[in-house]
Order: sequence, then structure tokens, then C-alpha cells
Amino acid sequence: MTPPTSAAAPLEVTDETVEKPAASSTLKGAESRSPGRLAWTRFKRDRTGVISACIVIFFFVIAICAPLIASLYGKDPYTLYGQEQTGLLNEAGFPLKPNGGIDGDFWFGIEPALGRDVFTFLLYGIRTSLLIATATTVLVTIIGVVIGITAGYLGGRTDYLIGRVIDILLSFPSTLFFIAFMPVVYGLFVAPDDEIPTSLRATCLILVLTAFGWASIARLLRGQVLALREREFVEAAKVTGASPARIIFKELLPNLWTPILIQSTLALPAFVTAEAGLAFLGVGIIDPTPDWGVMIQRGAQFYTEDITFMIFPGVSMIIFVLAFNLLGDSVRDALDPKSKR
Amino acid sequence: MFRFLVRRVLGALVILLIISAVTFFLFYAIPRDPARMACGKVCDDQLLAQVRQNLGIADPMPVQYWHWLQGIFVGRDYTGVGHCDAPCLGYSFTNSEPVFGTIMDRFPTTLSLAFGAAFFFLIVGIGAGMVAAVKQGKALDKIASSFSLLGSSMQIYFVGYIAMFFLVQQAGILSQPSYTPFTENPGAWVSGLLLPWIVLSIIFTANYTRMTRSQLVEQLSEDYVRTARAKGLSRRSVFFRFAWRGAMGPIVTIFGIDMGTLIGGAIITESTFSLQGIGTLAVRAVTDSDLPMLLGVTVVAAAGIVFANIIVDAVYALIDPRIRLA
Repeated sequence: MTPPTSAAAPLEVTDETVEKPAASSTLKGAESRSPGRLAWTRFKRDRTGVISACIVIFFFVIAICAPLIASLYGKDPYTLYGQEQTGLLNEAGFPLKPNGGIDGDFWFGIEPALGRDVFTFLLYGIRTSLLIATATTVLVTIIGVVIGITAGYLGGRTDYLIGRVIDILLSFPSTLFFIAFMPVVYGLFVAPDDEIPTSLRATCLILVLTAFGWASIARLLRGQVLALREREFVEAAKVTGASPARIIFKELLPNLWTPILIQSTLALPAFVTAEAGLAFLGVGIIDPTPDWGVMIQRGAQFYTEDITFMIFPGVSMIIFVLAFNLLGDSVRDALDPKSKR
Repeated sequence: MFRFLVRRVLGALVILLIISAVTFFLFYAIPRDPARMACGKVCDDQLLAQVRQNLGIADPMPVQYWHWLQGIFVGRDYTGVGHCDAPCLGYSFTNSEPVFGTIMDRFPTTLSLAFGAAFFFLIVGIGAGMVAAVKQGKALDKIASSFSLLGSSMQIYFVGYIAMFFLVQQAGILSQPSYTPFTENPGAWVSGLLLPWIVLSIIFTANYTRMTRSQLVEQLSEDYVRTARAKGLSRRSVFFRFAWRGAMGPIVTIFGIDMGTLIGGAIITESTFSLQGIGTLAVRAVTDSDLPMLLGVTVVAAAGIVFANIIVDAVYALIDPRIRLA
């Protein structure tokens, strides 16, 4: 699972092989520079963008390396340290030490009641959430792009039909539907009252989030394709007898990378928060699987006594979403400098 | 205008019909039997059939759906319960309360939450956006823009608890969220909902600040603004008579979307603040496999979203004379 930031990289890498990256090329201006290279130069100059890209990459790195970090740190997210060792939790189940039991052994403290290690739980939680959100974003983008381009390019009855489906999907009360139909999707795979394996839960979440998520990107791309379809270069391709597949992949798609990239960068943080929201409501990933939303849900149970436990997942999520939103803005500015926010 | 409204309302009804049908058929995809759950511990085949009859789920699925639709427009008869009047959404499987009545009981909470929050986030959001646009590039603009970005990255299920912890529990400035009907005690209505309103505004304001700012910046650089200024109109009157009109269109659009979301299920908000609106009603309907309740809430919520959008499109045309409704 590669972070969406690196999606910009292929543009840049392929360009580098095509042209010599002369150091002073910005001044000479005689050499032609590809749009990808220009965007990359603009992006590098944007300090906010670079910093937020670093933060986003940091989150993905710790998510991928979670097992490694946890083994170096010497704990795992499932062991109930507070119950196995004495002197960590008091009789009521709250950490004895101040600030949620933060000390040299437990960097982020101990979870009240069950006594799990907060640091590793958060690490693995970020891993779960990012995995689900990234998979959903990839699927949503692919489906949205395919359907959007098909509708826009074919037009006529297909376009009308797809347009109505999109209308309906966008008027669904989505959170309500998620909570209502997660049980239905689980029911398709598992007999009622059976234990649902975590991997199945994650798969179902990805499927349901995708089923409701592709509509907006498809609508956007449809509009873009409608505008492009009438342009001269597409007409020219048609006249020269290019097949529809060639027109779509060689003529239309290269012009659509910008909106696709921007949309998917904006979609990923939205899916992270949606997934966490479902876990918070108890219909997504559930305890004991570590997850951002599960942590907040656990924290909500004893926030009046121990707010520290909730601070870590909450603040880290805000930092991640903020950095990703800023990155999305910077990507847009770099790829499409004329657009206004 | 009239033709536009008729067309949009008809379209909305079709969408609602499809949504209710999808809900209905998907619900029966769950392999579980509401009759057996309602029947209790001592249950034989005869009793089960009786329960099925009473719940109205003895018929095949399309027939049941047809009865459900009939209930909305002409009412329907239940064996054992009697007649259920015209906007009839059936009876709850779990507590046999009429669904329509229960939703109407809960709706004021959801509406108060939505409109109260909207009042705050519109004033703060548009106000901050206007200030930012006028003071473009200056310190005030930067502060407003950064705060709005920070706000938009926050989640209700985190900020809500943090606010409750610090403002209610520690400082004791605000009271624990609760709902008192406005007609009963306006003071308690405000004080009980103030915290959810503030938290919702923090999150929703951001969009409006950003949108207002960028729209106004664009409008203020238009030719008509320069013409008006050249004719000798003051900055202020150009701003308040012309520029804001052009800027409001997209803002009205997002407002429609946000209101739809808030009316149609502030589920997370309501669970965070333990408010008994239709969002928490929906969650309970799901956990109890209560089809009539779930259907009712879904349709009402979807209606909220769809009609909010129609109203918005109409208002859009009233504000901006360049838009023609067709």
C-alpha cells in the first residue's frame, strides 16, 4: 500500500528519464519542461506542502513498521499489562500514576480497566485505519474513474442511467446506511451469531465504504470528460479512426490525472474519519482489534476519569487529517495553479 | 419557479421510493427472523404464525412493501391493533409504538440541534470569511484561515468529549447536553444544547470561512465592482449591495448539503452527547432489527436531505438573478 503522496512521484520519475534535469533549467527556460516536472518544482517550493507531506509519510511509515517498532519497544497491543502486573492500575481500574500512567515503561500510559499499552495500541490502530482507508481510496478512485469516464464518453442513455444512480447514492443518508447495512454484509458471509473474523470485518467495511464512495468522484470525472470530449484533439483522434479504448486511455486519461489525484488525496482523510466514526458507533472494527475509532470509543467510556487515554488517538488523528488536507491543497496548487480554493 | 418546484418534488419522490425499496429489500437479506425475536421464550408454531400476522410480515416481500406504501398515503389496518391513520409507517417490532409518532417525538431534538448549530456556524463562518476577504493577506486573514483549517480537521467524537470534559466537568461553565422542548423552557433549551452547537460549529464553520473568503476575493476583483467603485459608490455599499450576492451561491449549496446531513442523521453527534434524536433512534433500530423503525427513519432522513437540496436550489435562484431555473 503506497501513500498517495508517492502517486505524484511516477509523473516526476518518468519525466526525469525523458529529459536531463539540468540544475539551472529554471533560469534558461529554453528547454521544454513537462507539466509533471513543473508541478513538482512548484510543490517543492511550497513549504506547508512539503512539511505536511513529511507528516503524512511519517504516519504511513510508522503504520507499516508498527510490528518492528513494537518489538523494539518490547510490548504488544493485546497483552493486558495492567492486569498481569501489580502496581499499574488501582482497584477501580484506573492507572495509579498521574497522566494516565505515563512513564519510562509505558510511553503513552496504560489503558484503564483492561490495562493495555497505549503506545502499541495506537501504532497498530493507525495501521488498521490507514490500511482500510487506503484500500477504500484506491477502489473508490478506480471505480469512480471507470464509471465517470464511461458515462461521460458514451453519453446518451448510459450517461442518463449512471447519472440517476449517482443522484440516488448521493441522497442516501450515508452514516445511517453504513450502520444499517454492515450487519447485512456480514450476514452474507457469516451465519448469524457466529464470530466475525477481523479480516472479514475489514473487507466488509472496505466494500461498503466503496459502494457509497465512488459516486462523487464519478460525477466529477463525468463532467470533465464531457468538456474534453468536444475538444479538437479528441475529434482529430476520432477522425483518424482511433478506437474508443485508445481515445479513453491515450487522449482522455492523461488530461484527467490532475482531478483524479486531487480527489483521491482529499478522499483518503475522509475515509479515515468515516472508518473511525463507524468503529466509534460499534459497527466497524471492534475491540480487541486495535483501531483509531475503537480507541476513541474505549476512551469515551471513561473520559470523565481518565482523559489522557483519549487525547492520544484524538490528537494524532487531528494531526494526520490536518496534514493530509494541507497536502491535498498543496497538490492542487502544484498541479493546477489557476484553480482557486 | 412553479414548474421547477413541481419537477424537483416529483424527482425527490422517485428517489425516496427507490431508497425505501432498497432499505426494505436489503433488510430481508439479513438471515434472521424478527417474529422469532418478538415471540419470546415460550414460542410454538401457532404463536409464531400469530406474531407474524400481527407484525404484518406473513405476506411475501413485495406485498409487504406495497402495504407499507399504502400505509403512508391511506393508512392501513393491523390485525389486533386496529387502524393506523394516514401517514402510517407501521408499528415498531420491539415496543409496538407507532413509528411515525416516535419519529415525530424525536425529531424536535434533531431539528434543534441542526438549526441551532447552523445559526452559529453561518454567522461565525461567513463573518470570518468576510473579514478574511477584506483583510486579504493581513494577520486577521491568516488567523481566520488557519483556525478554519484546524476546525475542519476535527472530529465530533473527539472534540465533543474533550469539550464535555473541560467545559462541563472541570470548569463547569456549561451544563451536560440535554434536550428540553423550547416551548417548555427556552432557557433550558439553549443551555442544554449550547455545547453541542458550539462543537458542531467548530467543525462546520471551516467550510464557510474558506468558501466565503475565496468567493468574495473573486467577486471583488470582478469588473462590476470596479465600475461601481468608479461611479463613486463606497466600498461598503459595493460590498453589501452587490459583491456578497455573487459570492453566496456556492455557500448556499454547501449549506444545503450540511443541513441535509444534520437533519438526516447527526448520528455520531447524538451518540456523543447522548441526545435522543432520530440518529440514536436509528442506531437502536439497527441493533434491535426493528424494520419498520429503520425504514421510517431512513425515509425521513433521506427526505430531509432531498428537500433541503430543493429549497437550496430555489433560494440560490432568489439570491442570484443570473441563475434561471429550468
